[in-house]
Amino acid sequence: MIPAPFEYARAESIDHAIELLGTSEDAKILAGGHSLLPLMRFRLARPDLLVDIGRLSDLSYIREDGDVVAIGALTRHHDVANSELIQTACPIVADTAAQIGDPQVRHMGTIGGSVAHADPASDLPTVLVALGADLAITAAGGASRTVNARDFFQGLFTADLAANEVLTEVRIPKTTAGWSYLKFHRRAQDWALVGVAAIQRNGGATVALTNMGETPLRAAGVEEALAGGADPATASLRADEGAAPPSDAFGSAEYRRELSRVLVRRALEEAMGG
Amino acid sequence: MTHVSVSVNGEAREADVEPRTLLVYFLRETLGLTGTNVGCDTSSCGACTVLLDGESVKSCTLLAAQVDGREVTTIEALADGERLNPLQEAFHRNHGLQCGFCTPGMVMAATSFLKENPAPTQEEVREALEGNLCRCTGYQNIVKSILDAAGSMSGATT
Amino acid sequence: MVATEPFIGQEVLRKEDPELLTGQARYIDNWTMPGMVWMAMVRPPYVHATIDGIDTSAAAAMPGVVGVFTAADLDVGALPFVWPITEDIKVPVHHPLAKDKIRFNGDAVAVVVASSREAALDAAELVTVEVTELRAVTDMESAMAEGAPLIHEELGSNVTVHWDHGSVGDMTVFETAPVVVHEAYHQPRLIPNAIEPRGCLAYGVTSMDEYTLVSSTQIPHIAKVTLSGVCGIPESKFRVIAPDVGGGFGSKLNVYAEEALAVALAKELGMPVKWIEERSENYVATTHGRGVTHDCTIAGTEDGKILGVKFVEIADMGAYYQLLTPGIPELGGWVYMGPYVPETYHFEFRGILTNCTPTDAYRGAGRPEATYVLERIVDAFARRVGKDPAEVRRMNLHPPFHESTTSVCGLNVDSGNYEPLLDKALELSGYEELRKDQAARRDRNDTVQLGIGLCTYIEMCGLAPSNILGALRYAAGGWDGATIECLPTGKVIVKTGTSPHGQGHETSWSQIVADGLGVTPDDVEVLHGDTTISPLGMDTYGSRSVSVGGAALHFAVEKIKAKARTIAAHELEVSEEDLQWAEHGWRVQGAPDKAKTIPEIAMSAWHAHDLPEGTEPHLNATAVYDPPNFTWPAGAHVCVVEVDTETGKTEIVKYVAVDDCGTVINPMIVEGQVHGGVAQGIAEALYEEAIYDESGNLITSSMTQYLVPSATEIPRLVTDNSQETPSTTNPLGVKGIGEAGTIAAPPAVVNAVVDALGHLGVTEMGKPASPERVWRAIQDAKGGAA
Repeated sequence: MIPAPFEYARAESIDHAIELLGTSEDAKILAGGHSLLPLMRFRLARPDLLVDIGRLSDLSYIREDGDVVAIGALTRHHDVANSELIQTACPIVADTAAQIGDPQVRHMGTIGGSVAHADPASDLPTVLVALGADLAITAAGGASRTVNARDFFQGLFTADLAANEVLTEVRIPKTTAGWSYLKFHRRAQDWALVGVAAIQRNGGATVALTNMGETPLRAAGVEEALAGGADPATASLRADEGAAPPSDAFGSAEYRRELSRVLVRRALEEAMGG
Repeated sequence: MTHVSVSVNGEAREADVEPRTLLVYFLRETLGLTGTNVGCDTSSCGACTVLLDGESVKSCTLLAAQVDGREVTTIEALADGERLNPLQEAFHRNHGLQCGFCTPGMVMAATSFLKENPAPTQEEVREALEGNLCRCTGYQNIVKSILDAAGSMSGATT
Repeated sequence: MVATEPFIGQEVLRKEDPELLTGQARYIDNWTMPGMVWMAMVRPPYVHATIDGIDTSAAAAMPGVVGVFTAADLDVGALPFVWPITEDIKVPVHHPLAKDKIRFNGDAVAVVVASSREAALDAAELVTVEVTELRAVTDMESAMAEGAPLIHEELGSNVTVHWDHGSVGDMTVFETAPVVVHEAYHQPRLIPNAIEPRGCLAYGVTSMDEYTLVSSTQIPHIAKVTLSGVCGIPESKFRVIAPDVGGGFGSKLNVYAEEALAVALAKELGMPVKWIEERSENYVATTHGRGVTHDCTIAGTEDGKILGVKFVEIADMGAYYQLLTPGIPELGGWVYMGPYVPETYHFEFRGILTNCTPTDAYRGAGRPEATYVLERIVDAFARRVGKDPAEVRRMNLHPPFHESTTSVCGLNVDSGNYEPLLDKALELSGYEELRKDQAARRDRNDTVQLGIGLCTYIEMCGLAPSNILGALRYAAGGWDGATIECLPTGKVIVKTGTSPHGQGHETSWSQIVADGLGVTPDDVEVLHGDTTISPLGMDTYGSRSVSVGGAALHFAVEKIKAKARTIAAHELEVSEEDLQWAEHGWRVQGAPDKAKTIPEIAMSAWHAHDLPEGTEPHLNATAVYDPPNFTWPAGAHVCVVEVDTETGKTEIVKYVAVDDCGTVINPMIVEGQVHGGVAQGIAEALYEEAIYDESGNLITSSMTQYLVPSATEIPRLVTDNSQETPSTTNPLGVKGIGEAGTIAAPPAVVNAVVDALGHLGVTEMGKPASPERVWRAIQDAKGGAA
């Protein structure tokens, strides 16, 4: 299909983008376009204005900032996956980026677009939640704020990001402790049926889940059990506590719950060197 | 209308198009480069794969407007007159195509991949093709073709 | 390029490749004409509903719109259905545009014609339909239930046909045999997914009532005959062209509403009309495959001898019949005995209408469905008698035969030698070692278990002897034509009635003709897919092309050689009996230097300065060949899987395909056909299924939900085609290979998954063996054991 007609404007700067977004009720930001254009082709999304921020080369970078790796919102999955800095300082992020979609998608899709789209089946948001990454957001008039990934995702395709705000940077605490991101899918190019991010923390682990609810979820029960001294096999039995997984053509909710338990155990064993 | 000015296969091309014009239709209908095919509407099949600044992308999931000022390479650019390039030649030699509809996308995906990884394993080739669907070949001879091309291309440089 | 004959049997590289590799192919969407307009179909989002009103005014008022047409506005007949398999079959009328009722997701109620693709799509969105929604039935059980809504009220039932193949042998064996196993298997609907969706372009000269349809079809010849009637165009003034076609797999073995509408609109508007299918549209508007449920019984002895097989099937027809719909399950009717020799046999099926896309041929067409249930229940039987499935198969295989032999299913099988195929497949898979590995993993209680699955099969190819097709109430014949013209410059033109779409006929046919005429494949140009250029043909499907169309070439070659012999004898001043065919020409016996080659004779025949009396100028010949029998390839496949018992995920670690397709013309192409067929069979076994929601909408409505596997999901395959048991049906000895993979792979793979879990008590999980189904089967077995 072909999208319904819309107006198109190219932003010259972040401020310009915010200004353009303010000119229409129904404007959308276009970054790589790999979340938005598929919806527009089925006319499930019909924005009247697309603000293309793809030219803002100053939003595409990966740099070290003390204890943090700062990634510009327009940095492509391909560049995240292949960055030596990220591979060294936060390897789970590079590994996960390499598992997104397919090579062509990774050549266009951006970290900012993926995070802002807030799709619970998306891989990177889960990892950012597990890591407690910060997200930098710019609003009208140059005002900027920071929100933690753990607070950012509010619901299905809904995030703490206003229509006239732009996500500009993802700030990831350097994390080289044991880690694992396990993605269970039918085909390599598919979204995760269930995904599990696990990061070792002194004695325990932080665990987050993909596609087990309307947002990326912390597996609080597992974390609590580990903190209380449980072994991964025992702790993983609590993987789906508080989860509300969907039922669809790929798998039922019941099956996703079971998968989450198996994958959490395996991820913990990997992350904790079991 | 949006003005799009883009280098396609080394030639400067420009046109005014509707903003909603997808890159693949810009190539096929505005420029008449029909070698790039459309096989789906969900960015799944990869038949529309072209190179954007040398890297594989799905031209059905890009607006023509997004590639303004950039370089696009399509299947039409690979052969030198009647002489197939090494990758095309390898597909021919190894029966890496049957109906041919997915082939331009496969070849362009492989072109991008071999630039990143000139000496891949079979497993790596298969992973590199995860975004390209073929219904005829069972992929075996496509994989064989790409491995063969990698060998012959590295042979040519040593 | 291989330079020496015989070319048959050599890996001649494909002549088709250069244009396909350089972006110069002529697929339908690359065709354009001055003044061309675009057609878009209006398919309302209902599954089952009466049409109370259609408002096209908003669409008609859109810029660029040429017209909006409903069924009432167009003079076009009902779509063709050519296989009324029984005398009392109930046949629904299938209009290109729905008139009174919407009966499935893909039913269109109107068509928009506009100056561009975009304008047509934009306007199509604005057509509104007033409806009264009806309850939809998308599964056969609901459609057959008491009080079920009728898809076509005038037929009085959703059960529209009952085909009873009858019983052979002693039916009491199913009660009295020492071992009787009963199983039911469901094979869900599949979506064919040729990577090129359908599309067509119709244009004409209205003052002459002359029209051409260019369509992404497997069957230009059948489309011409049928559509000329549907559209009211004299067949003599109607031409159908199949350009480069991007795969078919049976889904383009049909005559569709959009083709009829494009022709009707080209006639109505006097403009070239083009339509290109969207992929999501393809999922509802192009035929599906499979969609069958079988009740199966096998009877045998304690030591594993099969005594009888009985199959009772229900087959989902969808909302209408397309070209062949109820004929597809019937086609399976002749392979339910497989390569075995049961003495008792019974098969019958009923066709059921549902609110789904019509089903029709999908790679294998009836034979995969039959082979799947037979090979699954043979495994169940082997488990029951406690024997290795390879051993049970071996002891039941038909002994070798080289003359046509009547099977219990009622047709004559041309030739077969099955046991060496099984031996080879077991050897290539390392079967004994695999069984040891399997036992060790079971002993260790590994999370990842190993399973080995087999399939020994025969298939029925080469559709078909026209007299048999007639007896089966099929409306057309099964012959095919070939015309050979030897040009004065030494080049040869071949016009074939087959219509390839990836199979490489241009190359294989060149090899056959080159050997026959003593030229090289490069000298031969093969023309196809155009009813004006090559009017004699029945097209490409059912693994028929080489065994019917290829054999026709053989007879045309013989005619050319006979005429050439007359001319050569005249020129060499000897009698025809003094000539023998050797070294690329007719040579005088005892004086082989005195000779004439085909190019030399072609020149003589062309200038015709001195031809023998009664000989017509030009060296050309046409042969139309109607085969005396089907052809019957066979094979043995072994699939080895690892199953993760915690997640249910299956990975194929080895796949061996040993197939005997008779004489191999081009081993490279044959191997490619096996690869593709097996990959599709693996897809069927592990990934693909059309799923509907409760209100009858297709959930797996795009390539993101319907799981066509990629290179990462399909393993490297081991193939062997070295056994060539010649067919006795045709002079080339060829049998066909295009469908072997989709016939053999699904049972081999599913048998492997079941085999991996047999020690846990799992006997069945359904198809596809998705991770969730496998996981559930393990849970159920655990529950049963507890």
